[in-house]
Amino acid sequence: MSIRKVKDPTESGIRKCPTGISGLDQITTGGLPRGRPTLLCGNAGCGKTVMAMEFLVRGATEFKEPGVFLAFEETGRDLSQNVASMGFDLPGLCARKKMILDCIRVERGEIEESGEYDLEGLFIRLGIAIDSIGAKRVVLDTIESLFSGFSNTNILRAELRRLFAWLKSKGVTAVVTAETGEGTLTRHGIEEYVADCVILLDHRVEDQNSVRRLRVTKYRGTMHGTNEYPFLIGRTGISVLPLSSLKLEHKAPVQRISSGVARLDTMLGGTGFYRATSILVSGSAGTGKSSLAAHFVNAACQRGERALYMASEQSTDEVLRNMRSIGIDLQRWIKRGLLRFYSARPGAFGLEKHLVTIHDTTMHFHPEVVVIDPITNFASVGSRTEVKSMVTRLIDMFKSQQITAMFTSLTSGDSSPELSEVGVSSQMDSWLLLRNLESNGERNRGLFVLKSRGMAHSNQIREFVLTDHGIQLLDIYVGPSGLVTGSARVALEAREQAEAQERKSQLDRKSSELEEKRHQLEAQIAKMRSEFEIYERSLIRDAQEMELREKKLTMDRMEMGYARNADRVPSNVNG
Amino acid sequence: MKRTCVRKNKENRKARGPSWHLRLYIAGGTSRSQAAVSNLQKLCDQHLPGRYRAEVVDLLKNPQLAAGDQILAVPTLVRSLPLPLRKIIGDLSDTQRVLVGLNLIPKKSSS
Repeated sequence: MSIRKVKDPTESGIRKCPTGISGLDQITTGGLPRGRPTLLCGNAGCGKTVMAMEFLVRGATEFKEPGVFLAFEETGRDLSQNVASMGFDLPGLCARKKMILDCIRVERGEIEESGEYDLEGLFIRLGIAIDSIGAKRVVLDTIESLFSGFSNTNILRAELRRLFAWLKSKGVTAVVTAETGEGTLTRHGIEEYVADCVILLDHRVEDQNSVRRLRVTKYRGTMHGTNEYPFLIGRTGISVLPLSSLKLEHKAPVQRISSGVARLDTMLGGTGFYRATSILVSGSAGTGKSSLAAHFVNAACQRGERALYMASEQSTDEVLRNMRSIGIDLQRWIKRGLLRFYSARPGAFGLEKHLVTIHDTTMHFHPEVVVIDPITNFASVGSRTEVKSMVTRLIDMFKSQQITAMFTSLTSGDSSPELSEVGVSSQMDSWLLLRNLESNGERNRGLFVLKSRGMAHSNQIREFVLTDHGIQLLDIYVGPSGLVTGSARVALEAREQAEAQERKSQLDRKSSELEEKRHQLEAQIAKMRSEFEIYERSLIRDAQEMELREKKLTMDRMEMGYARNADRVPSNVNG
Repeated sequence: MKRTCVRKNKENRKARGPSWHLRLYIAGGTSRSQAAVSNLQKLCDQHLPGRYRAEVVDLLKNPQLAAGDQILAVPTLVRSLPLPLRKIIGDLSDTQRVLVGLNLIPKKSSS
């Protein structure tokens, strides 16, 4: 038993041929199987020819792989005209030998069959075309028309089998288009021969909206996205919209950006939202979602960043007027080229078309901030799951472009706001909930941060007031009967103010009373002190007088002794 | 460009009505090609004596000629004159069908 070196799975797998069609290479993880035929089937008008043509044109223009387009149904001129609207210059490509457009007309009416034959003519013709420009890609559109031209299907089948084997041996990546039959992938079962990769296109009408879908039903030897992906034929060709980029590899910047409302920034850990995150602002009608979004946009423009505002309910003028009423002048940012509006009714076109328009506008304008107001409006053109997947795609796209996106979402008044948003809220990084707080016969707005990933956000409800100079967030008073907002709050504030005034004047009164007492006391003290002094003085005087009198007495006695000639006696006569 | 003339008969062309222009496309000297050439020769000799001009094109030698007459299948016999253009594919072994295809005999209504 020999041990073989294990190769890198991507290396050992089949080689891929990038289609250059946006989105399709993501789904097929790199493109179609190189050097093998791929079957592209679908009903009439689903875009088979356009997709096959784009595969060739992109190959010729972007990957330096010339291609041969063999058309069985349309003439070269028709084809050129049909795809010219997408910017594909077929005559130019043909002139520069990057492409060969060959048309084979099969007219059943002018063909009679007699005996054995084969399709060597087709092989020879294709062979010349491939060799003359060194083609790497071949499109056969629609090979099944041969079945209408030749009645001997046994020969035809054998020849088709030989054709695909021959194409493989030529090493060209071939795309074969075919129309879907009833219950089968193709009308004549050619999927039997082209079995490496089968892509199914579909064009259907759902709820009066036409949608195109693409599904890779089979892809031998490689991993691929298996879902149905919407796709569009737009101005620059086909865009397949993968649900997301299949990977979760977004960068997570730590930079914060302001919400435009200073008080809200402090609620969000002090500095606002993280850049390149998605923010959901939900609330019932009239809770101030658009106003909050306008603040957000305004703040971005003030920082010199570009902002894109998608309004699906109001026209640009209406938004401008309404925001002017709360003191936000968005007109100046439009003039400076920092703000762009995209207003369209959701019902104007299908969900995918909106998605692509948003995508194209984003790629073209390169905004730092995007507002979609409101996202719930798109529910009218798609089912819940479709809207959800659209939001997923949008978030994915915005994050990959490092765009901070704010989505507003209208919740119906009667349902619980937490429940109705489950569809998209799990994909949001921050979720602000605006609520109507109804009490004492009036409605007031309240705002709180339901979640905000990666930051310590406030758990408080703030009262949300729209003034003529923007949004003000106020603390909510908690009174004895719960939250107090609006005029009740104003009344409470006034009452509290009055009480405070009362307390202050009482205090003033007390302190002046004290002062009075102090004065009285001091006066009393002064009076007593003066009385004491008078007494003290008289006492001293008395003492002095008595001393004087004593001395005099002594003197007198001595003088008397002299006079009597009395003998000297010790001075202490009193003994 | 190599064309092999099977037969030309200028003398009878004027006398016997419109001339027939036939071109047989083959790919190499396969047995099927050879069968087609000999079947054509027999047929022309029998039904169009002296009023046809036929050529054989070998696509392996002149592949670019395949585009002119929109040739997919080989062998293909193309009647360019008289109009309208007709094509008969196969080795021409079913003479009856060839004659129908060339409008030399009317199409049978029933069978």
